[in-house]
Amino acid sequence: MSSETMLRTENLTFEYIRRDEEGNVEGITTAVNGVNLEVKKGEFISILGHNGSGKSTLAKHFNALLFPTEGAVWVDGMNTSDAKNIWDVRQEAGMVFQNPDNQIIGQVVEEDVGFGPENMGVPTKEIWERVEESLKTVGMYEYRKSSPNHLSGGQKQRVSIAGVIAMHPKCIVFDEPTAMLDPNGRKEVIRAARALNDVEGITIILITHYMEEVIYSDKVFVMDKGQVTMQGTPREIFSQVDKLKELRLGVPQVTLLAHELQKRGLNIPDGILDRKELVSALKGLRY
Amino acid sequence: MLRDITLGQYYQTDSYVHRLDPRVKIVATLVYIVSLFVVDNFIGYLIAALILAVAIMRSNVPVKFIFKGMKAIYFLLAITMVFNLFLTPGEPLITFWKLKITKEGLKIAIMMGVRLVFLITGSSIMTLTTTPNQLTDGLESLMNPLKALHVPVHEISMMMSIALRFIPILMEETDKIMKAQMARGADFESGSLIQRAKSLIPLLVPLFISAFRRAGDLAMAMEARCYRGGEGRTKMKPLKYKQQDIITYVVILLYLCLMIAVGIIF
Repeated sequence: MSSETMLRTENLTFEYIRRDEEGNVEGITTAVNGVNLEVKKGEFISILGHNGSGKSTLAKHFNALLFPTEGAVWVDGMNTSDAKNIWDVRQEAGMVFQNPDNQIIGQVVEEDVGFGPENMGVPTKEIWERVEESLKTVGMYEYRKSSPNHLSGGQKQRVSIAGVIAMHPKCIVFDEPTAMLDPNGRKEVIRAARALNDVEGITIILITHYMEEVIYSDKVFVMDKGQVTMQGTPREIFSQVDKLKELRLGVPQVTLLAHELQKRGLNIPDGILDRKELVSALKGLRY
Repeated sequence: MLRDITLGQYYQTDSYVHRLDPRVKIVATLVYIVSLFVVDNFIGYLIAALILAVAIMRSNVPVKFIFKGMKAIYFLLAITMVFNLFLTPGEPLITFWKLKITKEGLKIAIMMGVRLVFLITGSSIMTLTTTPNQLTDGLESLMNPLKALHVPVHEISMMMSIALRFIPILMEETDKIMKAQMARGADFESGSLIQRAKSLIPLLVPLFISAFRRAGDLAMAMEARCYRGGEGRTKMKPLKYKQQDIITYVVILLYLCLMIAVGIIF
């Protein structure tokens, strides 16, 4: 494996054992079924899928919160199933969860951001430096003395992101970070994630079911029934509107409009991602 | 608003007492409470009153505010005093019908009253000038020696601070569930006490479920951020004694000696 690889899974399979009230085994659900994927350092990756497609279960493997039933996961060359790697994996691959309230531990913003470094045993003086630096990165420095209960959803998620950055990870997994936010909060969070990728060069893995959020990524994986069914650049993925519909995933409105126009016989290329592209494609038609 | 509720009654301002290390304040409060029980004479109470007055002055908390917080104990105070007044045997002062007030009764009633007022005022100065967070930190640090007896000191203090963090969130959630139930015709306000208690069940069940779900999520988020108990953990805001803390310790020690002396001599 080259040193350029941040994360790799090999034939990753994870099974939940369902039990009835007496604890007898009722059956086995395969949440993730033989997934192979590779993420390079500095990439922005999206994983798409509808509810129950196994994308969140997959994400929890990247942080050693779940361990594969079969196959293996390597984070920066470390096998997550190996007990001695677990804390290094969790430090290198940070995780931002869906519910902003349930992942903030501190009663004051700065204390929450300091929680990760405290756990890692970072000296006090350096904790303060890290807290200041990460709050500034997400633009929440002026709120450092506030109670998290007084912040909006988007702000809370930015605090959570700061809490992860303070641990100096190489990779951040966002597990549906925008699912509980309003459109403004969604924009805030996605902007923060993109900035981390562009400026700090941190590898980003974004798990989502909002199609609009994946158009900036380098690579998209689409999951269904625990398997990766499609992968490619956003343009490649969005060219296959009909297949996405089959997987119960809506495409961005612009892409859908372009697709419908194309079906009616207009000469528009596949995989239009934003308004600008559609406008220039339509302009091109006149000549 | 529900989300503005703070536990305890922290009074936000800056003062000598506010800046004291929480450990000093906890120890001082304990010493003060003990000292109230070693003396039972006028001079002792005078000294206790003096030191309390000094503490109030240096805390910048308005006296009115302190006594507002004591409303809850007026009833307790009255009962204690009345019982002591009438039920202490001794030399009768006034007698009417079957009740008699004795000289000893009068003395004990006044003493108990003063003791109770001092006790509550003294401990409320601590809660008024210390945030719940500082209190947990202080307690953790003071209980540290108990680790040798396998008391999970770090875990207890972590639990306390997480509980404090989630109280406003769960309050808000209760409010939300209540409104949702009311919108569907639930009645929380009328009926007998038993009926009202019964109507709380559909409120408690979803609240418990959501609290457990939150606990699960939080535990996962904590693990994801490398939480592994108190071992090898550093502190962002470590407690460090400053000069004023040491001075206060000395003052408290002198005060205790003085009170013991007064208790023995008089």
